[in-house]
Amino acid sequence: MIDTLRLTAEDAIGLVERGEVSSAELHQAYVAAIAERDPELHAYLRVLEEPNGPSIPIALKDVIGTKDVETTAGSRILEGYVPVYDSTVAARCKARGLSLLGKTNTDEFAMGSSTENSAYGPTHNPWDPSRVPGGSGGGSAAAVSAGLAPWALGSDTGGSIKQPSALCGNVGLRPTYGTVSRYGIVAFASSLDQVGPVARTVRDCALLYSIIAGRDHCDSTTVELPHAVELPEAEDLKGLRVGVPKEFNEHEAIEPGVRDAVQRAIELCRELGAEVGECSLPHAVEYGMPCYYLIAPAEASSNLARYDGVRYGHRAAAADRLEMYERTREEGFGDEPKRRIMVGTYALSAGYYDAYYGQAQKVRTLLIREHAEQFERFDVLVSPTSPSVAFELGARTANPLAMYLSDLLTIPSCLAGLPGLNVPCGLSEGLPVGLQLIGPQFSENTLFRIGHALENAIGFDGVPARWR
Amino acid sequence: MAIDREQLLHVAHLARLELPEEELERLGAQLNDILAAVSKVSELDLSGVPPTSHPLDVVNVWDEDEPRPSLSVEEALANAPERDGDAFRVPPAGS
Repeated sequence: MIDTLRLTAEDAIGLVERGEVSSAELHQAYVAAIAERDPELHAYLRVLEEPNGPSIPIALKDVIGTKDVETTAGSRILEGYVPVYDSTVAARCKARGLSLLGKTNTDEFAMGSSTENSAYGPTHNPWDPSRVPGGSGGGSAAAVSAGLAPWALGSDTGGSIKQPSALCGNVGLRPTYGTVSRYGIVAFASSLDQVGPVARTVRDCALLYSIIAGRDHCDSTTVELPHAVELPEAEDLKGLRVGVPKEFNEHEAIEPGVRDAVQRAIELCRELGAEVGECSLPHAVEYGMPCYYLIAPAEASSNLARYDGVRYGHRAAAADRLEMYERTREEGFGDEPKRRIMVGTYALSAGYYDAYYGQAQKVRTLLIREHAEQFERFDVLVSPTSPSVAFELGARTANPLAMYLSDLLTIPSCLAGLPGLNVPCGLSEGLPVGLQLIGPQFSENTLFRIGHALENAIGFDGVPARWR
Repeated sequence: MAIDREQLLHVAHLARLELPEEELERLGAQLNDILAAVSKVSELDLSGVPPTSHPLDVVNVWDEDEPRPSLSVEEALANAPERDGDAFRVPPAGS
């Protein structure tokens, strides 16, 4: 009997390689777990019941294009869209023998922080189904925490990997911008979008990152990794300098229980041998959110122009072409993409460009400089990933700005193109709290090392309490 | 600065979105809230700061100009809502 709730990807690979379990049996064990627990959670939009690779299974967020497997990005406008080619990350998973288990739920076009913006209905948090799993990658995070996949891929524009991992209690990496190909990914905001792994352990996360990372000729924004990915082993943090930015740790939106768990993790860093010091990034939190909610919608309004009913996806019946465009988009897009398209189009329109988009791009430079200055003193910056634990479904849907604040602490480093790792660090109100580790560009190995040592020292049990 | 109904219709047209009356009102109010929040960026004097359009320090990425296999016409048309021979069929342009 395979306990998918506890099995790590590394152990699963070991079982298959030693011939103790066949890849088909493993795939079937996850399909059975999905049949048992996913009716309540709705982590998956579609499941591939037949094994299709010689190694272990993987789940992919539904913004990741998969040949011959419907890819909707959680939107009605892409309902029935079946890609005729694989995204580079899907192809790399396939080349490693990974078996595609299914496509996971997402906020429409990855726009959201709770997965409630999916046109196909929300995903529920495995720890408490009355709560959201975070978003936009709530499906991938919920699937991993509920034992419905050994690991998964997500995509992150302003926190869509890290924040759901925090709310579901697993490990998620938003890699350095440019280290993972976006070829074949449904684009949201191209100067921010990154694909990254979601896993049960830091080592699994590092292993999956090593499979997908590296230069891709089909995405000219990608670069070769300057050093190979190392699976972390060290149990201590000797020689590492940990910065605690006060704006990220003392913000009024941070719940007391979240603050306490993060404080204990910071204390642990010291006990494990790290040098811990306070620091300040005066503009990052205060101006990151407004900056992001100009840049991301502006780029989204441009990227989503392709959904016009001509070549793929939904097309509305209309007598002339303009009517077809306008009606197709009205019928196909949900509220959040419409809001962002409108904000972005406005921010880019004549007379407003300099004041909005142009100014936001300058704020971005400011945030890059602020982070760079701190990385002269520190190897890593720590804070809560999310100011709150998982919130109730419906709590923030009526107020877009309240929803946007969910990403308050994940956004600044995304704007700066920096890698960020979420590691579970405890519980508050019985729900997972995530610790965010931010490093300079290409510092993934350092983040893995710190995450791994902390993970062992904290001993967080990632299996939702109700299933232990 | 508040966005009025006329501007809202103009932006919706630029974005090729047909917004029914009910949506127009709801979206208009939300848009004004969002724009008020993001206008915070204008508080900062950043006159000497260059803009960032790309977070990585890479410029001019070149590849050899070599032909590679690409999608066939059949594959490219596989998801077409409506096709006509080897073309995507669309309704005629209006007046």
